[in-house]
Amino acid sequence: MFKLIWLVPALPLFGFLFLTVLGSRLSKPAISYIGAGSVGLSALVTAAIAYSFITSPPDDYRIAFIFADWMNVAGFNPKFGIYLDALAVVMIVVITFVGFLIHVYSTEYMGDDDGYARFFAYMNLFMSSMLILVLADNLLFLYLGWEGVGLSSYLLIGFWYTDPENDKAAIKAFLVTRVGDAAFAVGLFLLFFHLGTLNIQEILLNAPQVWAMGSFVATAAALLLLVGAVGKSAQLPLQVWLPDAMAGPTPVSALIHAATMVTAGVYLIARMNGLYILAPIAQSFVAYIGMFTLLLAGFSAIVQTDLKRALAYSTISQIGYMFLALGVDAWSGALFHFANHAFFKALLFLAAGAIINSVHHEQDMLKMGGLRKQIPLVFWVFLIGASALAALPFITNGFYSKDLILWHAWASPKGNVLLWAGGIIGAVLTGLYAYRMVFLVFFGEAKIVTDYKPGPAISIPLVILAFFSIFSGFIQMPEVLGQTQLFTEFTHTALPVSRILSGHTTEAVLIIIASAASLIGLYIAYKAYIKDPQLAVNLLKTSPGSALNNFFFHGWGFDFVYYTFIVDPFTHLARAGKNDVIDYFYQGIAYVMRKANYLFGEIQTGNIRNYAMGLIFGALLTVAALVFS
Amino acid sequence: MILILLIVVPFLAGLLAWAFGKKASFARWISLVGLAIDTLLVAILWFGAGNSNDVWLRSVNFAWIPQFGISFHLALDGLGLVLIALSVFLGIISVAVSWTEIQDRVGFFHFNLLTVVAGIIGVFMALDLILFYFFWEIMLVPMYFLIAIWGHENRLYAAVKFFLFTQIGSLFMLFAMVGLAFIHYQSTGLFTFDYFKLLGTPLTPRISLLLALGFLGAFAVKLPIFLLHTWLPDAHTEAPTAGSVILAGLLLKTGAYGIIRFVLPLFPGASIDLAPVAMLFGVLGIIYGAAMAFAQTDLKRLVAYSSVSHLGFVLIGIFAFNELALQGTVLQMVAHGVSTGALFVLVGMIQERIHTRDMGQMGGFWGKAPVLAGFAMLFALASLGLPGTANFAGEFLILAGVYPVSVKTTAFAAAGLVFSAVYCLWMMYKVFFGPSSKETLPDLSLRELSIVFISAVVIIWIGVHPQPILNKTAAVMKNTQSNMAAAHHENTLETRFVLNKLIR
Repeated sequence: MFKLIWLVPALPLFGFLFLTVLGSRLSKPAISYIGAGSVGLSALVTAAIAYSFITSPPDDYRIAFIFADWMNVAGFNPKFGIYLDALAVVMIVVITFVGFLIHVYSTEYMGDDDGYARFFAYMNLFMSSMLILVLADNLLFLYLGWEGVGLSSYLLIGFWYTDPENDKAAIKAFLVTRVGDAAFAVGLFLLFFHLGTLNIQEILLNAPQVWAMGSFVATAAALLLLVGAVGKSAQLPLQVWLPDAMAGPTPVSALIHAATMVTAGVYLIARMNGLYILAPIAQSFVAYIGMFTLLLAGFSAIVQTDLKRALAYSTISQIGYMFLALGVDAWSGALFHFANHAFFKALLFLAAGAIINSVHHEQDMLKMGGLRKQIPLVFWVFLIGASALAALPFITNGFYSKDLILWHAWASPKGNVLLWAGGIIGAVLTGLYAYRMVFLVFFGEAKIVTDYKPGPAISIPLVILAFFSIFSGFIQMPEVLGQTQLFTEFTHTALPVSRILSGHTTEAVLIIIASAASLIGLYIAYKAYIKDPQLAVNLLKTSPGSALNNFFFHGWGFDFVYYTFIVDPFTHLARAGKNDVIDYFYQGIAYVMRKANYLFGEIQTGNIRNYAMGLIFGALLTVAALVFS
Repeated sequence: MILILLIVVPFLAGLLAWAFGKKASFARWISLVGLAIDTLLVAILWFGAGNSNDVWLRSVNFAWIPQFGISFHLALDGLGLVLIALSVFLGIISVAVSWTEIQDRVGFFHFNLLTVVAGIIGVFMALDLILFYFFWEIMLVPMYFLIAIWGHENRLYAAVKFFLFTQIGSLFMLFAMVGLAFIHYQSTGLFTFDYFKLLGTPLTPRISLLLALGFLGAFAVKLPIFLLHTWLPDAHTEAPTAGSVILAGLLLKTGAYGIIRFVLPLFPGASIDLAPVAMLFGVLGIIYGAAMAFAQTDLKRLVAYSSVSHLGFVLIGIFAFNELALQGTVLQMVAHGVSTGALFVLVGMIQERIHTRDMGQMGGFWGKAPVLAGFAMLFALASLGLPGTANFAGEFLILAGVYPVSVKTTAFAAAGLVFSAVYCLWMMYKVFFGPSSKETLPDLSLRELSIVFISAVVIIWIGVHPQPILNKTAAVMKNTQSNMAAAHHENTLETRFVLNKLIR
C-alpha cells in the first residue's frame, strides 16, 4: 500500500506533462477531467495511504522508499526517495484535499479563460512540486520541489501575462523567494560538508553527535535554512512578494496561501526540528520573526481596501503564528494551525473569488457592501471562514490551533511573556480585520446590484471547506476543555513533544484572555464599521491617522526601502554600464593603435625632400648620441 | 585509428561540401552525414569503453617532426569523450539551424563549420603540445570566416576583435610551450613536446608560475574570465546562429578543458598559488556577467553575457581541485553548451522571423508562438539553474565542492543564482510576456521543433540522471584531485621550509 506513495506527486506531474503537450488540442471537459482528475486521484491515493497509516501503521510510524539514485559523486549521493511519517501524512492529506477542492472550483471559475489548459497544467505542476517537497527524504530532492513551487507560483501569478503589472508581480515573487533559496542552498553545502549527507533523517541523527548544543556551525546551518523558509513563507523581511502575488487568478491565491508555497517554510523548519533544537539562538529567531511578522502584517491587514490584499496580509500574519509556534517548540501546534488555516484560508479566497465575480471584478471593499442578501451562500461561508480566521472561541477551528500556539508561547520553556503578548495583540488585530472584511463586504448599504449565482463547482467546495473550518478544530482540544487530543497524539509520532511549565489554572485563564482578545477585535470592527461608520473615516482624516494608515497600507515601507536601496541602484548601475566599461580599455588600445597608424602614415608623403631631411636628421641624432655618450 | 577518423571524417565532409557546394542541399546533407558518422564513432567509443578504471581509453602516437620532438599523439580519456560527444551534438544542431538561415556560399560555410568542429575534436584529444597548438589555431581561422562572412551588421569588427584576442592569448601559450620544452631539455637532455614526458618537469616556483600564466593566457581568453571577456559579446552577437552555438557551446569549453588538461597537471604548485585569484575572477565573472546580461537590450547579447556568468562557475569549480567540483564543471560545461546553444538557436529563429534582436520591439510572443515560448521558458529556467535541469546539477556540484575550499566564494557565487534569475526572467518578460507587439511570429516548424526538443530532452535527462556522464569522467577527475592533493602537500611543505628558514 505505502509503496504507492510515488503516485501522489506523480499523478499531478503526469497531468502537467499531458496538458502541456496536448492541452491545446483537448476539449474543455477533457482538460477539466485531466487537470482536476489527476489531483483528485492523488487525493484518493493519499486518503488510502493515510487510512492505512493510521489503522495499521508501519514500524515506528515511519517508512522510507528509495526509487532511484540521482547522482553519485565522491560520496555525494542524493536519491529520489520518499520518507513517510505523521508529519508528511498530515501535509499530503491537507495539500491534496484542499488542492483538489480548489481545482474543482477552478473548472467553473476559469471556465471562460483562453488559457484553460495552461492554467490547469501550471496548477498541477504546483501540486506536484509541493507534494515532492513534503515527501522528499533528502534535502536536495526537497530543494527540487522547493524550486518547482517557486516556478509554478511565478507562472501562475503572471498567468494573465499581457498585463505588465502581473508579470512584475510574478518576477518579484520569484526573485524575492530566490534570495531565500540561495541562502538555503548555501545551507545545504554547509550541511553536506559537515555531515557528509543530505538525507534528512541522517542529518537529524548525526547532527547532535557532530555538533554541541548551540555550536556556531549548527546555528549557521539553522539560520541559512531559516532564510530560505522566510522567503517561501513570506515572513520578515522577505514578506513583500505575497501581497503582490494576488495578481494571479483567485484560485491561484487560494492554492498559494492555503495548500502550497507559503507553508513550505513552516514544513521545512518542522521537518528539521532537531537542527533547530541544537541551535537555540536560531530557534528563538524563528519565534521572534513569527511574532513581529504577525503584528506587522496584522496592522497592514486592517487598513487594506482591496479584499484580496487584505487576505494576503492575513496569511502573512497567520504564517507568523506558525513560525511563533515553531520557535517555542509547539511543533504540533504549528502543524495544526497549518491544517486549520489551509481550510479557512482556501475558503476565504475561494469565497472572495465568488464575491469578486458577483460584483463585476471589483476588488475594492469600500465599493462593495450589503451583499449579504444578494449572495447568501457566499455570505455564510465567508462568515464562517472569517470567524475561523478571527479564532472565534469554541466553535471554530482557528480558535483551537491558535490557542495551542499561544499556550506554548506562554508555558513552554522557550516561550515568554513578550511572545505571548505579541500573539494576543495579534489576535485582537485578527478579529478586527477579519470582521472588518465581513462588515464592509456584506453589511451596510448595497452599492452594487448583482444577480450572480455560483454554480455547483463553486458552491460545493465552499460548503465542504466551511464544514472543515468548524469541525477540524474539534480533533484537538485544550486539556481543560476536553480530552480529545487526536491530532497531537498522531503528530507526536514524528515531532518532538514540548515541555509545559504551567498548570491547568493558568491554561484556563489564558484561554479566557485569548477568547477575549478575539472578541475585542470583533467588537472594535462592529463599532467602527457597523455602529458608527464615521469613526474610522474621521480617524483617517486626522494627520497622524492618515500617515499611519498610509504607512500600514504600504506594508511598513519595506518595498520602498528595497526599491530605493537595492532594485533601483542595481538597475541604474547595470543600465549605465550597459556597454561594458571594461571594453573601453580595449577600445582605447585600438584607438591608440589607429592614431599611431595614422601618424606614421602621415610621414609617408612620397616626397624625396622629406625623406632626405629625415635621413639627415636621423644621422645627426646618431652622431650626437655617439659623441655625447 | 578511430581517433583519427573522428577528426578526419568531419573535415572531409566539409571539403566535399565546399567542393560540391553549388548544390546547397548537397552541402547540408553531406555535413549531416559526416557528423552522423562521427556520432557513430563516439557511440562506439562511449559504449565500447568497458571498464573505466583506466584513465586513457584509446591513443595513437607516431612521430611527426622528430627533430623537434613533435609527435602526432592523440589520446582519449573520459573528459575528452564527453566533450567530443558534446561537439558532435552541437555540430549537428549547427548544421540543422543553418538549413534556412544560410543561403549564401553554402558550401564554404559548411566547410568552415565542419573544420571548426574537427579542430575542436582535435583539441580535446591532442597530447603533444605543438599538435594541440595546431588544432587550437585550426579552430580559430574558420571561426573568423564564419563571423566575418555570414555574420550580422557589425561582423567585421567582431571578427577582428575575436581574432586578435584569441591570437594574442595563444601567443603567450606558444611561448610557454616552447619555454617548458627547453627547461625540460635542460634538465633531462630530451627535447620533446609530449604531454606525458613533460609532466613532472622540475620547475622553480617562479618559472612554474610564469609558464602557467602563459598557458592561462590562451585559456583565460577563451573561457573567458572577467576582464578578458569583451570579445565574447561582440563575437557571439554578430556570428550567425551556428557560429554562436559553436562559440558558446564549444570554443569556450576548450578554455576550461585546457586548464584541466594542461595547467593543473603541468603546474600544480602554481595552480594552487593562483587558486584564490581564480576564485575571485570566477565570482566577479558570475556577478558581472549576470548584471551585464540584465542590462542588454539586444536579445542575443543578453544570452552572450549569460555565458560569462556561467563560465565563472566553471572557473571556480576547476580551481577547487576536488572531484565534486570538477565533476560539477563537466556537467556545467555540457549543460551550458546545450542550454545556451538552444537559447541562441531560439534567438536565431526569432531574428529570422522578425529581423531584429532588439527586445524593445518584442513582447507578448507567448500568445503568438506558444511552442517557441514554452521552449524558451524551459531553457531560461535551465539557465537560471532550476533543479531537474543539467545546469542545476552542475552548479550544485561545483558549489558543494567549492564550499570546503572557500565559503566566501560559495556565498558570492550563490548570490549569482539570484542574478541569473534576474536576467532570465527579464528576458522572458520582455520577449514573451507583456502586451503583444505588432510583429507576426509563426510558431516552430517541424525541423526547428526537433532541434529544440532534442536539446530539451538532453537537458532534462542529464538533470535527473547525470550518472552516465559522471561515470565517464570519474576516473579523470579522481586522478586530478589526487594529483592536486599531492602537490598541495608538497606546496605546504615548501612553504613550511621557507618559513622555517625565515624564522631561523
